[in-house]
Amino acid sequence: MIRRNMIFVIMSLEIMLHAAGLAFVMASMRWQQPDGQVMFVFVLAVAAAEAAVALALLMRLFGRSGSLDTDTVGK
Amino acid sequence: MPVIDWEPMETVFYLSSAIALVSTAMVISRIHAMHAALYLIVSLLAAAVVMFSVGAPFTGALEIIVYAGAIMVLMVFVIMLLNVNREKKNPERKWLRPTAWLGPGMLSFLLLGLLGLLLTEKHSGNVGQGEVEVKQVAASIFGIYLIGVELASMLLMAGVVGAFHLGLKKREPISTE
Repeated sequence: MIRRNMIFVIMSLEIMLHAAGLAFVMASMRWQQPDGQVMFVFVLAVAAAEAAVALALLMRLFGRSGSLDTDTVGK
Repeated sequence: MPVIDWEPMETVFYLSSAIALVSTAMVISRIHAMHAALYLIVSLLAAAVVMFSVGAPFTGALEIIVYAGAIMVLMVFVIMLLNVNREKKNPERKWLRPTAWLGPGMLSFLLLGLLGLLLTEKHSGNVGQGEVEVKQVAASIFGIYLIGVELASMLLMAGVVGAFHLGLKKREPISTE
């Protein structure tokens, strides 16, 4: 793992969730079924909840150690 | 050489896909978190334009409203609040250098042009087979996927409560040791 900044970890998580959602939408358009778009809505809800909790954890981490380096968490 | 009939929708699709790929690559290669957040917003907008061009306007709008609107605002807010890369004097002048906003700005203007092309399109056609209408999606969400909607609402409730609990200032340490 190259990036050790917690913000970048969260951003990369968002990118991955978003890629999964985009794949769902594209599959939905390929087979002309609405199910993929429904799944995208669920992915959106998961991403929103994940972002809220992850950013709250980030604030706690910053308040505890004063940095966002994930290497310092266990110390 | 055969005559290539120019399809504007395909141009929109491929160009916005390229913008999404480039800006996502820029997100994971930036040093400063704020620059990465700007590129991530451009990436989400580009993906929304892709969704519009393949004929999924509902998810495209939802993408802009929820992802680029809500989640990225939250993320930018936290980055500004923590102010990780601390510069002591005149930080805003330093952040507003052209190198910070020129890349995302140019990509956004390209997306705006693509959106204009998409709106002035005479013969409305999509890249894919056709459009899945909002009506179908809504009927599916509140039909067979109703239990999923309930679960998503419970998940969001748990997320709100968890974020509130984590964000609370504790008087005593929470560890039980």
